Amino acid sequence: MAAPVLRWGCPGTRWVLAWVGGGYRRGASIGSTSNPTREQSAVAQKPLHTAQKPRKGEHKWEAVVGLEIHAQISSNSKLFSGSEVCFSAPPNSLVSFFDASLPGTLPVLNRRCVEAAVMTGLALNCHINKKSLFDRKHYFYADLPAGYQITQQRLPIAVNGSLVYSVWGGKKPSQMVSRTVRIKQIQLEQDSGKSLHDDLRAQTLIDLNRAEGQLRVDANVSVHHPGEPLGIRTEVKNLNSIRFLAKAIDFEIQRQINELETGGEILNETRSFDCQLGCTVPMRDKEGKQDYRFMPEPNLPPLVLYDTTSLPAGADSQQVINIDQIRDTLPELPSVTRERLVQQYGLLPEHSFTLLNEVGLLEFFQNVIKETRAEPKKVANWVLNTFLGYLKQQNLAVSESPVSPSALAELLNLLDSKAISSSAAKQVFQELWRAEGKTAAQVVSEQKLELMQDLEALDQLCLSTMEGHPQVVMDVKKGNSRAINKLIGLVRKATLSRADPALIKDILEKRLQS
Amino acid sequence: MLGRTLREVSAALKQGQITPTELCRKCLSLIQKTKFLNAYITVSEEVALKQAEESEKRYKKGQSLGDLDGIPIAVKDNFSTSGIETTCASNMLKGYVPPYNATVVQKLLDQGALLMGKTNLDEFAMGSGSTDGVFGPVKNPWSYSKQYREKKQQNPRGESEDSNWLITGGSSGGSAAAVSTFTCFAALGSDTGGSTRNPAAHCGLVGFKPSYGLVSRHGLIPLVNSMDVPGILTRYVDDTAIVLDILAGHDPKDSTTVQEPVKSFILPTLTDVSKLCIGIPKEYLVPELSSEVRSLWSKAADLFESEGAKVIEVSLPHTCYSIICYHVLCTSEVASNMARFDGLEYGHRCDINVSTEAMYAATRREGFNDVVRGRILSGNFFLLKENYENYFIKAQKVRRLIANDFVNVFNSGVDVLLTPTTLCEAVPYLEFIKEDNRTRSAQDDIFTQAVNMAGLPAVSIPVSLSSKGLPVGLQFIGRAFCDQQLLTVAKWFEKQVQFPVIQLPQLLDDCSLSLENEKLASVSLKQQ
Repeated sequence: MAAPVLRWGCPGTRWVLAWVGGGYRRGASIGSTSNPTREQSAVAQKPLHTAQKPRKGEHKWEAVVGLEIHAQISSNSKLFSGSEVCFSAPPNSLVSFFDASLPGTLPVLNRRCVEAAVMTGLALNCHINKKSLFDRKHYFYADLPAGYQITQQRLPIAVNGSLVYSVWGGKKPSQMVSRTVRIKQIQLEQDSGKSLHDDLRAQTLIDLNRAEGQLRVDANVSVHHPGEPLGIRTEVKNLNSIRFLAKAIDFEIQRQINELETGGEILNETRSFDCQLGCTVPMRDKEGKQDYRFMPEPNLPPLVLYDTTSLPAGADSQQVINIDQIRDTLPELPSVTRERLVQQYGLLPEHSFTLLNEVGLLEFFQNVIKETRAEPKKVANWVLNTFLGYLKQQNLAVSESPVSPSALAELLNLLDSKAISSSAAKQVFQELWRAEGKTAAQVVSEQKLELMQDLEALDQLCLSTMEGHPQVVMDVKKGNSRAINKLIGLVRKATLSRADPALIKDILEKRLQS
Repeated sequence: MLGRTLREVSAALKQGQITPTELCRKCLSLIQKTKFLNAYITVSEEVALKQAEESEKRYKKGQSLGDLDGIPIAVKDNFSTSGIETTCASNMLKGYVPPYNATVVQKLLDQGALLMGKTNLDEFAMGSGSTDGVFGPVKNPWSYSKQYREKKQQNPRGESEDSNWLITGGSSGGSAAAVSTFTCFAALGSDTGGSTRNPAAHCGLVGFKPSYGLVSRHGLIPLVNSMDVPGILTRYVDDTAIVLDILAGHDPKDSTTVQEPVKSFILPTLTDVSKLCIGIPKEYLVPELSSEVRSLWSKAADLFESEGAKVIEVSLPHTCYSIICYHVLCTSEVASNMARFDGLEYGHRCDINVSTEAMYAATRREGFNDVVRGRILSGNFFLLKENYENYFIKAQKVRRLIANDFVNVFNSGVDVLLTPTTLCEAVPYLEFIKEDNRTRSAQDDIFTQAVNMAGLPAVSIPVSLSSKGLPVGLQFIGRAFCDQQLLTVAKWFEKQVQFPVIQLPQLLDDCSLSLENEKLASVSLKQQ
């Protein structure tokens, strides 16, 4: 750090941070020198890059990527202190004596954070350790006021999990393939503070609130030839968006390959990602070998969790945490929901993904289903194509949609009962989107979009169309089966698109046979 | 009045024989007179007088808060005191004024106790002499006692009196000197390897180390978190029990305190010891033990036996590894705990501003003394990845063996262990400083330190004066969380031995003449 002067308004703090660690794992995908593939992380849901086959004579490279995911627990107070967690609070305004590391203060574990960690562990199919321990990790840095960070290095709260996810890009790009990411461990960890470097005045300001950046990822990357030992890894620190994470990993893999192919070597170093230049660069202030001198945290007894069988009789429910009880409160997990959507409604797997990936979309879909007789597949098509299309076009969230689930359900009912045609339905939808508050029925009646229900009138129209186009009628009679479509089109036009083409076809066929 | 037990003074306050303000002024005056002992780093005169005033109002309304209302106490300067400088006798924390009270301090204040001041210690409580603090060494009041002076005149060695004062022991030497000179009725010390019991033995006091987890450490600036406990120094066992009764119990701010509610610690009077089994650990009979202490230890065992107790020799086979094991664990935790003193937020900061690292280095070099820096260096060495298994993990395993030794002995039916507290009586400062801090600590903690490894309660009780006229203490060690049983035995023993009261005629006569009309001859102090 170049800044000699350090200054802040008041004693600083730390806040809660959960640590979701992705273990190192071997990349299943093999990339060529020119286009290495990147492993998907548990958080990323982007299409996998397709690997080109290596040209003859080239070595294959395999990349191994491990992610350290720092996720903030949504809790009212910090992991080890009673002070609040609040986004965008003024700097150093939420700092307890413990957060400021005043001498003599002790950590007190936040129950809510433990529950959240257990729940995360269960959701990620982890083994929950009934006993876990806290450790101190030491390093000197201005935003680490105690000179150490309390974490769970040796015996974390949850281990050995996995997350199955799907990505596009099997043999056909539109195909979903299932992949598994292994979770090495989940640990509770106190966050450090935040340093704000003011290069102009050569000073660093410290904010010990640290309530920003709810998700932060460090990526460990190495490359090696298949069958050979793993390469030396580098760590790219502080990636705070999925897009930059992917870019940083891609860059780092390619950089390492280039380095090795030109006879260079990879240093075990910490790098940062420059999002402007799109490249990774060594971090100057993290130079040199760090020895964190881990030590058990003596002020926190082992964290003991119970399940229903091990729960001591007469235990105060406020004092103990019951894993089974937390399991019962787990919401339906996304993989189960997706499976259910496919089973229950016959949706395509990729549709189940889209429904879950957009916040609120699944709920919207289910609310429409509740109020409509229309086929679920048809509802899904409307929600995923028309509805989502409108949202995306205007960059709106589901909650901001001008069309309510009930309005769409009513529209789909009109369509289902053949009261309107599907093209008319699109028109009605557009109108609903524009004119909030109107019902589908109102739009249909105002714009006279109902299908013709008067069979006699329709029969008359068919007859006059046939009379007006004898040549086409002849073609049909000669056996040109496609010619009837022309007639159908002409009749529809005459009805101002308000007749059901299937019905027109029926009438025409009857007439033509007679 | 000043030499009375807590309960007697409390009764006197209730009956109006003396007011809290009068009592407070007497103690303040004594603090002035004994300033040369260097017992206090900070005298909180204004705070104490204010508290006394409030206490007085309560007494007048007949609404006293309890036995401690209006009672002067002192607190070792490694406990946080809100609004009162807390230095740990280190340059690093000079001028540091905590914004909060340690839980133990708060509990005493909530009972109406008067905080006379913050007492001297070895820097960050690292030492066994109270000689290594930035404010200078604490002098043992017994150096100036009639008992010691008389014996000295019988065997003059020609040393000049001024330079030949004795150490108090440590690291809570300031608290020991404060209680010993009647400037307060009880003082908080801290005990990590014997830091409360050792100076208690050298100053003729009761020095109590509670079970680990019984008393909150919140606000105690740590030395070794896994061994530190707040200690209590008083002149009588009953006084210790009264203070413990207030301090003990769960603290939501210290996760290592007991969850279960604690019972009262007020002590019954034991008349029959025939059902007791006293263990004498044979490993504590070391060659360095002075013959006088050894003989007193033996006499004490005989006393129990003659009163019908079962006295048996027991073995704590891993005792000899305790000190070296402690060295590794202590320095490792010290290295970690001292990491927060970087000059950024509080305490000392150097003038160097070339870089943050340079600022850290210079600040810590200027802020810590050699002893602290030495321990930080060793501790960081033990915690290095390549050394961790070989040192820290091994030391933890040895610690478990040491703790198990005690468990085995207590499981075999022993109620209380009886051991010496120190190898010999207090030594002169000039002799003490011939050895370095580490050697001294290793020697002086020999009987007290294993107890901290095991988290057990232990108490040093003054037994008798040595041939030099100096106090000798013996230690009782109890089962974990059987603090009350331990103190009950200690109280019985205290009554049997009738340890003489320190005679400081110049100090106390003056005090009694100038401050009160009642007869307060020092000799009468123990006659109640």
